[in-house]
This record gives sequence, structure tokens and C-alpha cells, in this order.
Amino acid sequence: MVKFLPLKQAVAENLNNGDSVAFEGFTHLIPTAAAHEAIRQGFRDLTLIRMTPDLIYDQMIGMGMAKKIVFSYVGNPGVGLLRRARDSIENGFPRAIEVEEHSHAGMANAYEAGAAGLPCAVFRGYRGAGLAAVNPNIKSVTCPFTGEVLAAVPSIRPDVTFIHAQKADKKGNVLVEGIIGIQKEAVLAARRAVVTVEEVVDNFDDLHPNLTVLPRWTIAAISVVPGGSHPSYAHGYYARDNAAYLEWDEIAADREKFRAWMQVNVIERNAGDFAGRVEHLRKAA
Amino acid sequence: MSEFGFTPNEMMTIAASRALRNDDVCFVGIGAPSAACNVARLTHAPEITLIYESGTIGTAPDVLPLSIGDGELCETAVTTVAVPEMFRYWLQGGRISIGFLGAAQLDKFGNINTTVIGDYVHPKTRLPGGGGAPEIATSSKEIYITMAQTRRGMVEKIDFFTSFGHGEGGDHRQRLGIDTAGPTLLITDLAIWKPDPVTKEFTVVSLHPGVTRQQVQETCGWVVKFAEALDETPAPSELELNTLRDLQARTKAAHEGTGNKKAA
Repeated sequence: MVKFLPLKQAVAENLNNGDSVAFEGFTHLIPTAAAHEAIRQGFRDLTLIRMTPDLIYDQMIGMGMAKKIVFSYVGNPGVGLLRRARDSIENGFPRAIEVEEHSHAGMANAYEAGAAGLPCAVFRGYRGAGLAAVNPNIKSVTCPFTGEVLAAVPSIRPDVTFIHAQKADKKGNVLVEGIIGIQKEAVLAARRAVVTVEEVVDNFDDLHPNLTVLPRWTIAAISVVPGGSHPSYAHGYYARDNAAYLEWDEIAADREKFRAWMQVNVIERNAGDFAGRVEHLRKAA
Repeated sequence: MSEFGFTPNEMMTIAASRALRNDDVCFVGIGAPSAACNVARLTHAPEITLIYESGTIGTAPDVLPLSIGDGELCETAVTTVAVPEMFRYWLQGGRISIGFLGAAQLDKFGNINTTVIGDYVHPKTRLPGGGGAPEIATSSKEIYITMAQTRRGMVEKIDFFTSFGHGEGGDHRQRLGIDTAGPTLLITDLAIWKPDPVTKEFTVVSLHPGVTRQQVQETCGWVVKFAEALDETPAPSELELNTLRDLQARTKAAHEGTGNKKAA
């Protein structure tokens, strides 16, 4: 049953060295506070899974926490490249990482198969594309009814998934709205799920019945972290901090600058700092 | 700004916008494709359906999104669906008429690389990768490509097949069991290109105002074929140019408001 916990404890109780972990969010509701807590606790040898790795995986890779990444777009959304991830892939700094690369369709289908308890996902994909030649986890199956050759990828089953969402009710049910991305599938595919939320409300009685709600018994722990997805955005709460994404390009371009920035802005901070980070963005939302 | 009163990039975006129809259902990439699709929506194709891979269907943003998941796209959409549904029901289901892609490297058969420069395992430059593009390229009924011409970008041989265009040309798509048309249009900052009906090699069919054949060849890494009846792309109209510039000015103003040099 779900527990309401401080983020530090929620991360400590649910993440372990060597885990496969998904911090999901599709440009919206990215669980930055949870990722920063994982960085402070110094986990090692993680397999990082995410469709669009962006800043938080650049940070974890740059801190040497990842042994492998599974992804479909390793970019800084709207800005360009991820420089710490590149340094790791191109130069093995601070350590070499294993790369398992898919397309968005491949990852989305693999999460859905994980949520559905299936061993693999089947879809019409990767035709003529080079990824199948460099990723041994892209195979093909023949439809037993039509003979059509289709792509098959193993389902994604993370040890733990972290997401950020707008709100929980007092029982621990969680509401996600706006661009809902892959979050529901990532939670249901995982063995354990931890959710950070902007706020807790008494109940969801005033919500439309068709909204995306994760029932409390699908979640291990909830932590209340206002602003917890900064510099991404939380629909209805605060806007994307575009300047931060642009600034990241410069910070991550230099190994020393990166370490110094991480020390001041992650290592020496805590989850309570996130509310202040989004104060100026709440007006713009 | 050229002596014509518009930039090559503006000409590219406007030429691309003209290729879109009111009844198109368009899977939109960020950057020039996004600008072109929204100019089309704000001028001759007000009912065009724009879809971004974050799940927003029928979106009508007032400003251009910074990334495919901006809140503006959701707020102005007819509906927003989860990412698996986007790729399964809408793209794979065959409901997209135009997939609009950019490229880091492009070859003359419309094959696209956005994955690596150099060797895959030991890349010279690791690029972001395919994202939605590998399946957009094969499941959309047609593909439009837009990019600024450079010899580094338009190459004889791409380093990695991120998205399959016409492969080695001819009937290569059909031989792989792909039943969609693939790249049917390439719009650069200098010219409009269409595939040869038989060989599928991109051929210049129209030069933008003031552009010479020599300029097109100098900025392209393969030997360029020109159509016998070569057109000149009509210059942007005042309406087209004003619509694009207003859109870009609104976008700039909106995004300046979000930053005060704080990062995370």
C-alpha cells in the first residue's frame, strides 16, 4: 500500500545500486527532484531507462552513476545535444556506458507490453532503419495469420519508476493531466513506483471521471515536492524554464563547470528548494 | 536579408508551408517543419490537423513550441493522448498524411541520419537519435523534408540510416514491404526538390528567387540533377511573410518571459 514519505526516504527505500530505473516524463512533469535526490544518495551501476533522457540523465551520467542507458532520443529538448552523455559515449568519461537505442515507437510499445505483463512488444517498426543492425534487442516475428514480418522488442520492466504528477488525494491516488506521455505505462510496468506531486488534496470528487488517475495500490511511495519537475513544467502550476535548458548547454559543455554546478545546485541542496525555483514561473503558467 | 526583402530561411519555410493542404493530417517536427506547418494553418490551410509526437492532436499554438511537449500544444489541441496511443493508433494506424522531418545528414534518395557522425560504436559525434522519425518515415503516407543546404549535411553517403527514405532508389521501399510513398518533397533554403518517378533520386524542380544552379551544386555533396523545365519558386507574398514574422516575434517575446538565468 502507498506510503507518504519525505523524498529522501522514498528514494532510499525504493532505489538500489545496480537497479534498472526509469525517471519518466515526456518533456512535461520530468521528475527532477527525485533524480537529484538519487544523485545526492550516490547510487552506482544503474541502468537508466527513458524515452527522452534530457537533463537529469545527463547529470546522472556525468556523475558516473550509469552503467547503461536505454533510450530513443538523447537530446536536450528544444536546445540540442546532451553533452555529458556524449562525453560518456564518445570518450568514456567519467566512465564508458552501454547503449541500447530504440525509436520512440519501440520504447512506447515496450513500456506498454511491460504494463500488460507481456514478454515482448510487436509492432510495425524499424523498417529499413539502421538501429536493428546495432541493437540485438530489435528482432522480428512473423504474424501467424497474415505472414507479415513485424518488429519485436523485449518489454520494459524497470525495478523502479519515478514520475512527477500534479496531485494526490489523501488516500494516495495520483492525478496526471496535460501531456501524459508514457508515465502511466512506466508506473504499471515497474516493480515499484515512486511519485512526487505538487500538492495533496482532500479528494478527487471535483475531477472529470476520464482523467488519468493511478490508483493508490499501484504506487509504493508518494512525496510532496512542489516545483519538483523544474526546469520542465507542470501543467496548471508553472511554465517551462527555457533559460535553464539553454544554460544547461553551456554548463554541460565543460567537465569542471559541470562538477562545480552539480556541487552547488544538487549536492548541497534538498528537495525543499524546488518550490523556490519555480516561483517566478508560476505567474507565466 | 537579401535584396529580395526576405531571407533564404524564410523562403524555405514559406515554400514548405505552401505544400501543405487544408485536409492534411501532419506529424510535425520541431524547428523549420513546425514553423512551416503553423504558417500554413495561419494562411491557406486553417483546418489542417497538426499532431506532435507528445500526443497533441489538432493543436493550434499561438506561439511556436520550444519542444514537442510544450503546454501550449496541449492547451490548444482537440485532444491529447498518451505516447503509446500516438504511435500505435494514429501513426501506425495509417492516419497521418504527411510526416514532416528535418535531417542532420541527408542523401539523394531521402534517407536521413540524425543518430551519429562516424562509426556507431565509436562515434565522432553522437547526435540525439531517431525519436519518432524511424516510424514516421515508414508509416506516414508521404514524407516532406526540410533543411538548409550544406555539403556536410547533404552527402553522397549517410553515416547511419536513422530513417529510411528510398534506400538505394527505385523500388527499394516496396521490396522491404513498405507500402507508403516515402519522401516526396525536399525543400531547402535554395530550391524545391522532388524524387525522379523511376530512380527516386531527388531532382531540383524549382529554384528560389535569385538562386543559381551553381549555388545549389556548391552546397550539395552529390552531383545535382536538375529538371528540364526548371521553375522559379514564387517569392513570399506579403501575407505569408508577415504571418511568419509575426509568429516568430510572438514566439520570441513569449519565451523571453520565462527566463531569469536560473537553472537546475
